[in-house]
Amino acid sequence: MISVALGLAYRQLTVLFKNPSLFLPPMLFPLMNFASFAGGLSRLRHVPGFDFHSGYTAFTFVFVLLQSAAFGGVFAGFGIARDFEYGFARRLLVSAPRRSGLILGYALAALTRWLMIAIVLTIVALIGGMHVGGNGIDVFGMYALALIFNVVGLLWACGIAMRFRTVQAGPLMQTPVFLLLFLSPVYVPLSLLTGWIHSVARLNPLTFLLEAGRGFIDGRPTQVAMSFGVGAALLAVFAVWARTGLARAERAG
Amino acid sequence: MARSDKGIEVNGLVRRFKDVEAVAGIDLTIRPGEIYGFLGPNGAGKSTTVHMLTTLLPPSAGSATVAGFDVVKQGSKVRASIGAALQEAALDPFLTGREHLRLGASLHAIRGARRKELIERLLDRVGLTSAGDRKVRTYSGGMKRRLDLALALIHDPSILFLDEPTTGLDPQSRSALWTEVGRLARDEGVTVFLTTQYLEEADVLADRVGIIDHGHIVAEGTPAELKAQIGKSTVEVVPENHDELGRLRELLSRFGEETAARPGAFAVQLDGKGELPAVIRALDTENLRAAEINLHQPTLDDVFLAKTGRTLEGAEDE
Amino acid sequence: MNVIAHQVALIAQRSLKRTARQPGVWIPPLTFPLMLMAVNSNGLKAATHLPGFPTHSFLAFFVPFSFMQGALFASAIAGTDLARDVDTGFLNRLALTPVRGAALLIGEIGGAVGLGTVQAVVYLAIALLAGVHIVAGVGGAVLILLLAILVATGFGTLGLYIALRTGSGEGVQSTFPLLFFLLLISSMNLPRNLIEVNWFRDLATINPVSYMIEAMRSLVISGWDGQALVLGFGFAFALVGVSMLLAASQLKVRMART
Repeated sequence: MISVALGLAYRQLTVLFKNPSLFLPPMLFPLMNFASFAGGLSRLRHVPGFDFHSGYTAFTFVFVLLQSAAFGGVFAGFGIARDFEYGFARRLLVSAPRRSGLILGYALAALTRWLMIAIVLTIVALIGGMHVGGNGIDVFGMYALALIFNVVGLLWACGIAMRFRTVQAGPLMQTPVFLLLFLSPVYVPLSLLTGWIHSVARLNPLTFLLEAGRGFIDGRPTQVAMSFGVGAALLAVFAVWARTGLARAERAG
Repeated sequence: MARSDKGIEVNGLVRRFKDVEAVAGIDLTIRPGEIYGFLGPNGAGKSTTVHMLTTLLPPSAGSATVAGFDVVKQGSKVRASIGAALQEAALDPFLTGREHLRLGASLHAIRGARRKELIERLLDRVGLTSAGDRKVRTYSGGMKRRLDLALALIHDPSILFLDEPTTGLDPQSRSALWTEVGRLARDEGVTVFLTTQYLEEADVLADRVGIIDHGHIVAEGTPAELKAQIGKSTVEVVPENHDELGRLRELLSRFGEETAARPGAFAVQLDGKGELPAVIRALDTENLRAAEINLHQPTLDDVFLAKTGRTLEGAEDE
Repeated sequence: MNVIAHQVALIAQRSLKRTARQPGVWIPPLTFPLMLMAVNSNGLKAATHLPGFPTHSFLAFFVPFSFMQGALFASAIAGTDLARDVDTGFLNRLALTPVRGAALLIGEIGGAVGLGTVQAVVYLAIALLAGVHIVAGVGGAVLILLLAILVATGFGTLGLYIALRTGSGEGVQSTFPLLFFLLLISSMNLPRNLIEVNWFRDLATINPVSYMIEAMRSLVISGWDGQALVLGFGFAFALVGVSMLLAASQLKVRMART
């Protein structure tokens, strides 16, 4: 299973680096969003009740990091759908002795790609003056949450890709993730949301990861157990989703 | 616009793309009502020539007149006189067949009842009446080509350019298109400039053929003239009894010179002293039973081979 | 002139039909901006508590963003459709007819303008239903629609230029992020005077998109602001003009008929 995974991951990354049109958008979008939010909305930290010590740049960085992680997984899902549409996936299904290794391979590739994006994003944020209030363990915790979300995004998109087996399913991969992201405390903390969006955000699993991530970078960890518990639950649910998607693809031949 | 009684005249036509000379100076004269086949491998310059003659590409040098109008100075008049079905079917997948024809007719200022009648007549002629209200993306390749042809004929042109019109079509669709093209030239006097890489197509359809390679015309004439330039027919016989090969050799040598044959067979190039019926009569007279008799006539590929040192199929691999 | 008008009508008719027959193309431009409007207007409501924020309703403040985002979609749609025509050879087919280049360009924008009009009406209707009060009244609402259609025309024509330049749908799609970036680096989320970060405020100040947004916004939240309207309409007309010139010159290259 490991050799299948590593082989596939290597192929995915090779395709990625040889095609700038596949590589650049997932890199550029988070940077654009980060510049827009951190640059354009920083005055929001003056809203009464905005309780965050490390500055708006750090506040927004966590959201953009999670967003890049989620969409990094979704973009990998596009690649899987493309493989099915053009028949390459059939070749993989035939030649892989342990087919679960295929999901692992796609996940490894998505993770590697996202790590590169995360590094660039972090460097840009630090150059932009982001203040990190947390210590090494806190920062590790923040990136761990983002990593979990990257895998969740990939497993979700993988399940869709393997069920529909066409790039036309792209919007179906993207839209729920987009909604999940923007129905969370994107611009201000949860406590400053009001109305229906507050109710929805309270129940949104991403909110736990987001608030915990912000707590980590601010040096005031909050809801740590809950956030990792939610992350683990999402991983379990979407791992089943992806595996059953693979089974469907196998049955379809 | 009234049908022109003029054909196509080309003098020293050249087209360069940066360092590449796609068309390297060609001369052509095509008479009105003629079907002219332009044969050559991929990359020979066929489509570039068509693009220049249909005013879609200005020549780098040389001149050409189509229907009596200069392709550079009188582009709009040329376009009014020609119809073109280019290499791509060039259709909008979201429009129906009827909508395509309506758009084409309207852009040529054909309106009202005349437009309606014309659309129905063309759909009927190309066999798409029942599919006329379906979107083109549901059409097969053959149907798209037929619609393409109908669009090229919408304004009753005197000259029709067909750029590899049957590429990718099944044999029935190809045959149907040939029938229609032949009818257009024969019954309506339309001049047809047809590019193709299919020998059979040029052989069957064209009154005259020009063979182009690397931007130059390497041979021109009727298919029969071109083949006659190259050589004679060959007859190959396989005897039913292998022991009779010697007798067969002696008999066939009376009809021409020996030429290459498969193992167990004997072949001669017929030199005009006899033809196939004479050979068969002789075999019968000598009581020599044949398991197989094959007559091979020179093809346009043989012509291409003689002129360029490569076969048409081999030229495509370059 | 009649001939050109007739040709524009024919090409525009085709463009509209083509857009209408691709629900996958026109549904996202209608729904996505509305989704963002709902989410952002609530998510950023806290901004109305900032000293100097010009209105108590963030929805009223944010409504113009939907029109701008719709215009970007118009750009992608117009560009992708024309790129398909280039790719499939349909542009060559049109080149062989008597159609004039100007008629072709103006007509091709028809689908995007049609969609832009529908979008603008839908966004405005939804905003009014959600309780947005347009201070400039009915006249202001009409001007908002006109400006929105003008902006859609401008971006749509820009999409045509990109299509003619690149000749491929992928080329058009890959420039979409750059146009979206223009929208992000503007005063879409906060008034320019409340943007703290100097480089961002400076970029938003030189970004023509800010003025188009501010013109629409002024009609909603302040009433009749002559300067904002002049700047907004001025930049919108300039966008249309520049895009048209670029597209026309690129059409000459792409459709090099004699």
